Amino acid sequence: MKSGRTILGAFAGGIALAVAFGVASAGEMAPGDIKIEDNMVAMSVSGADGNAEEGAAAFKNRGLGNCLACHVNSAMSKELFQGNIGPSLDGVAERYKPEELRAIVVNSKAVFGDETVMPGFYSLDVGKHVREDLVGKTILTSQQVEDIVAYLTTLK
Amino acid sequence: MKRTVIAAAMALGALAMSAGWANADPVDDELEIDGVKMITRAKAPEGHPFDEVYSGWLFREADTRAMEADSIENPAMTAVDDGEAMWNKVEGTAGKSCASCHGNASESMKDVGAHFPKWDASTNKPINVELQINKCRTEQMGAEALPFDKGGQQELTTYIKYQSLGTPVSIDLSQGEMQKWWDQGKELYYTRTGQLNLSCASCHEVGMGKMIRADHLSQGQVNGFPLYRLKSGLTSVHNRFRGCIRDTRAEMPKAFSDELMALEVYVTWRGTGLSVETPAVRH
Ligand code: HEC
Ligand code: HEC
Repeated sequence: MKSGRTILGAFAGGIALAVAFGVASAGEMAPGDIKIEDNMVAMSVSGADGNAEEGAAAFKNRGLGNCLACHVNSAMSKELFQGNIGPSLDGVAERYKPEELRAIVVNSKAVFGDETVMPGFYSLDVGKHVREDLVGKTILTSQQVEDIVAYLTTLK
Repeated sequence: MKRTVIAAAMALGALAMSAGWANADPVDDELEIDGVKMITRAKAPEGHPFDEVYSGWLFREADTRAMEADSIENPAMTAVDDGEAMWNKVEGTAGKSCASCHGNASESMKDVGAHFPKWDASTNKPINVELQINKCRTEQMGAEALPFDKGGQQELTTYIKYQSLGTPVSIDLSQGEMQKWWDQGKELYYTRTGQLNLSCASCHEVGMGKMIRADHLSQGQVNGFPLYRLKSGLTSVHNRFRGCIRDTRAEMPKAFSDELMALEVYVTWRGTGLSVETPAVRH
């Protein structure tokens, strides 16, 4: 229920933005068509800009990014239970360009290598025996990826 | 890239310390149950990825640890009593109970649970305590096999394993084709599953000692099973395996399937030397 609403919210946000800024609908990129070069994804994968506020919601939502399962983020210090399997994301925008952050969220394995435990959030390079209803689906939508990237760029 | 990660990890370490989190390492504490000292740290067997193996007890909060240490407080001790009642209950067409053949479990079953899974020549597969119970029921008692986790299967398994409390886990890989099943189990342990693309090793080897949300990741040992989970009660090994696999967003193999039997062989070996803690208490 809750995640359903967030997804709708993210969509609404995307559409509103696209209208507001008149973003030419370059269109969504399919996960298989995305090229990660020099650890970067140059263009928006949804064809629209990201919304940092929606991104913050998707970042902490356990059914979506669930990024706090593995990362500390002091900007969200009100959120209890932040994991530490990955590095803290404090100041991450100073360590990476937006295009690099996009590549990490889209498919962390293309950046960190196959051994990383971080899931690829907009990738179909997944594990075996994927739950039937999730076959062919990515963890996040292309717009949620853009929203989360927009949020990450605020972590300075 | 590497340098950034290390710097970030160091910053995190400082943060974790200032926030007073209990993480990184298993706790420095000793477990004694009813006067019996438990081995919660043991030198790993040869070929193991860790130097030392740790009981999951060392990764739990102080109150959870205390609950296991005190058998009056341990909520699963009623399961031991229920299991004892089943041990003595006549069932099936042969008019027998477990006790009819095995007598007093505190003698006949002493230490037995510490050495399962074993090789079962009649099915040409490994057998665990649950399946051994079913074998006795169908072949000796003329009773129905118990369905997974039902009909007292967990309680009776708990009662049998409890007769090994404190005994170090060790399984014999030289029996039959145990080594082949160990190999398969190892393969599965390192196979990434599900949409989240994680293997057992991602969490219990690479992530061991770290926090995943509110959970302090242990080595995922099975020496305490069946055990009592504060959130969901008595829990069998295969139920736990299935839950962890489900959390990777993968389809779950069936209980007692070849996959989970192979995993049980391999994961049991990974805990060689740890005391049987059945019934352990975890969160
Ligand atoms: C299951 C664990 C896990 C989850 C969930 C996870 N990450 Fe990561 N992440 C890692 C690990 C581990 C690394 C370190 C890279 C490596 O060495 O493998 C990392 C690295 C990163 C980095 C680079 C940080 C740095 O300072 O180098 C960013 C940015 C990042 N993750 C963002 C995210 C975001 C955003 C999400 C959620 C959409 C997320 N992660 C979810 C495990 C995870
Ligand atoms: C996404 C992370 C994750 C993955 C992948 C995972 N587990 Fe777990 N597992 C956990 C967490 C969290 C716990 C509870 C805390 C603990 O004991 O580590 C747990 C607990 C366990 C326990 C209970 C340990 C105890 O002392 O109570 C066992 C056994 C176990 N896991 C085995 C496995 C096996 C086998 C696999 C692969 C089939 C696996 N796990 C995959 C996260 C995971």
